[in-house]
Amino acid sequence: MTMTEFFSLSMTAILIENFVLIKFLGICPFLGVSKKVSTAAGMGIAVTFVMAMASALTYAVNTFLLVPYELEYMQTAAFILLIAGLVQLVEMFLQKAIPALYQALGIYLPLITTNCAVLGVAILNVDNGYNFIQSVTYGTMSGVGFLLAIVIFASVRERIEFSEYPKCFEGFPIALVTAALLSMAFMGFQGMKLFG
Amino acid sequence: MLEMVLKAALTLGALALLIGGLLAVASRVFAIHVDERVGKIEEILPHANCGGCGFAGCTAYANAVIRGDAAPNACTAGGPAVAQGIAKILGVEADTRERRVAHVYCSGGNLTAHRFNYTGVQTCYAASRTAGGPVECSFACLGYGDCVQTCQFNAIYLKDGHAIVNRDLCTGCGKCVAGCPRKTIALIPANKPISVNCSSRDRGAYVRGMCEVGCIGCKICEKKCPHDAIHVENNLARIDYDKCTACGACMEACPRGIIRNEENFFVVAKRDGSANS
Repeated sequence: MTMTEFFSLSMTAILIENFVLIKFLGICPFLGVSKKVSTAAGMGIAVTFVMAMASALTYAVNTFLLVPYELEYMQTAAFILLIAGLVQLVEMFLQKAIPALYQALGIYLPLITTNCAVLGVAILNVDNGYNFIQSVTYGTMSGVGFLLAIVIFASVRERIEFSEYPKCFEGFPIALVTAALLSMAFMGFQGMKLFG
Repeated sequence: MLEMVLKAALTLGALALLIGGLLAVASRVFAIHVDERVGKIEEILPHANCGGCGFAGCTAYANAVIRGDAAPNACTAGGPAVAQGIAKILGVEADTRERRVAHVYCSGGNLTAHRFNYTGVQTCYAASRTAGGPVECSFACLGYGDCVQTCQFNAIYLKDGHAIVNRDLCTGCGKCVAGCPRKTIALIPANKPISVNCSSRDRGAYVRGMCEVGCIGCKICEKKCPHDAIHVENNLARIDYDKCTACGACMEACPRGIIRNEENFFVVAKRDGSANS
């Protein structure tokens, strides 16, 4: 993969096709853990990590198991199985090897198991026909996109806490309005097509 | 058809079995020895994660108790019941410590002079940083309820423009003490209910002019106290709780009526229905 391709794929994953704001994947952690920037960043990093790992693993299983046996239609089931197993393994490994990181990410890891963004990236990798390196790049960069979106959103929500708005908007309504505006802002990247 | 189903089932089954086996091995390899008492202690803790014990949360405290870094009676939120529970798990004798509650050293609120009408961000922290705060007295409770927000036990409520602690609900974790930008809240022994409800260190004449319920440092309480437990320092009367017997002599003597028996005061507040429910 050339540098240009890498840049193009990264920008596509982070900005133009942002998982949360354009593709509307992974909305539940996006709304659920975005009250504070610090927790949002923790969640974002955990998702990025799992997405990168899941991209690599699902690519391998898809190429060496599902395609040779003509079982592509079982993708969803197989990928869910893989991601759940992977997250469990990562959790165990972190608890043993890097307790500090486990403390920081611990509570988010099980949440990611059933996160549609992770399953989404695995399936999109297959649909787009990416090779191994492209898959891992796309997975990582999609995670970075998620991190960017959730951190921006959490920063806005922290500020909203201190501003005055109608009582009826308290809590989720104002968060959803914010998310909608953020999404519209990211729509601005839609017109960009990088290097063909 | 059957062959297709079988193939799919077998492949995925094999994959699942492989992952399952891998996880089983991993759980052995990465197993961590956890003292079972940690879990037991965690179970009886209040799970408020208030930090009143000085540790990052209930789990951290449970671990510290097992390590021997923390006393079994350090959980303020849980009180004597939890202390005894932990002592039982550890197999040691529990010495329960005196229950402490938070107290707001100000009952000015609407009775103190205001310098301007504050309409900014509705928190004490923000108000106290706007031209020295909207209240004339620079020691007074601002009444925007930062402490109410901080309290995890719903033990503080606002009434007549100042904060009041509900002593039944207060666990003495001290979060409000840290959260008050004016440092108007302090922890006091729960069994000594008498307190001077003012924080003003300004001179008497000035206090008299701006607040109906401010301590003017007249020292009458100091003279009336039979136990030498109340002293005026920096124009403000303060009770030494080591000496105080809650006899109430200062309470009756105070010309400003700001030395009060908090238990009675709270009962009154409860009766007129303004205590938060």
